[in-house]
Amino acid sequence: MTIYGTGLLAACVLAGLFVGDLLGSAIGVKANVGGVGFAMILLIFSSEYLRKRGWLPQPTKEGVQFWSAIYIPVVVAMAAQQNVVAALKGGPAAILAGVLAVVVCFALIPAVERIGKEKRTEPFRPQAVTE
Amino acid sequence: MEKLILDVLTKNGMLTGFAVVALTMLLSNWLSARFTRGRLHGSAIAIMLGLALAYVSGVFTGGQKGVADMPMLAGVGLIGGAMIRDFAITATAFGVHLGEIRKAGVSGVVSLFAGVILSFVVGAAVAAAFGYDDAVSMATIGAGAVTYIVGPVTGAAIGASSDVMALSIAAGLVKSILVMVATPFFARTIHLDNPRTAMVFGGMMGTTSGVCGALAAIDPKLVPYGAMTSTFYTGLGCLMGPSVLFLATQALVG
Repeated sequence: MTIYGTGLLAACVLAGLFVGDLLGSAIGVKANVGGVGFAMILLIFSSEYLRKRGWLPQPTKEGVQFWSAIYIPVVVAMAAQQNVVAALKGGPAAILAGVLAVVVCFALIPAVERIGKEKRTEPFRPQAVTE
Repeated sequence: MEKLILDVLTKNGMLTGFAVVALTMLLSNWLSARFTRGRLHGSAIAIMLGLALAYVSGVFTGGQKGVADMPMLAGVGLIGGAMIRDFAITATAFGVHLGEIRKAGVSGVVSLFAGVILSFVVGAAVAAAFGYDDAVSMATIGAGAVTYIVGPVTGAAIGASSDVMALSIAAGLVKSILVMVATPFFARTIHLDNPRTAMVFGGMMGTTSGVCGALAAIDPKLVPYGAMTSTFYTGLGCLMGPSVLFLATQALVG
């Protein structure tokens, strides 16, 4: 049944958010620390487990896939309720802080992206090390 | 008659929301195909339309929640609100391959720390340049440049004034909106077309709304990878902002 999939998804989100809140209060911040991340990991592992046992028929999958497909419209709805006026009213300091943070981090993505890759190719290029 | 229609729309807010969002998507996809030959993705246009509508209604209503401040469109707030948003983001993980996540490994973790610390330093430096040069204000605005959630969390923990808090949230909002709107234009220059880079992107930029909005516009298949690292980013920011980063700022400026 389709609702089984939606139920599995809901259970994962609730459990993840609970862990996030727990972690938040444990370290003394009033925020959910990585809750959605935990929920995603839970969903990945639980669906993998169910798939291997053959307990994940098409209708059940559809109960999750619908929400995954509705994601972009949800983002559009989210964009439509941002406090854009406040963002622009914050003045040059806020705008500059935001813009510079984006520019600096964006520029460094290729460098950080290379980190793990270099490690893997190292054994194949011993000459490069001795040079 | 008119009142009757408005009543139905207001009473069934969430359904109105679905219809309005669907219309926005339809219009955006048409604009994308007609005027950009699909080069600028329909979702990117829809997000920009959403932000523009949020601005217009913010000006008219004086509220803080964009179109959701208009009673008839309160349902849009429900659809894009925290509950459905978390539900839908998590659902995108359904198509994730574990192997891809392992591949990101070290660079994923490095990107998280680099992203949080760099954004904080840049934000704090800008704050100091504009005269907010005490440790509390610098740390709060720096944390705002991390994300608009980390900003107020940090500010509240270290006792920042409300105007500094507002500034910090504004910095985070600017970041989120800029990431959403600008990334699709620069995606090719940083080869943002694979799960690995998407995870690093999520870890470096962090703002979940910005990252997911941008990836949705570039390639919806990449959304879960960026979403995963970016949700940990906000967590890491909340953890480091009021503690290590604030203490370091204090040690530096006294």
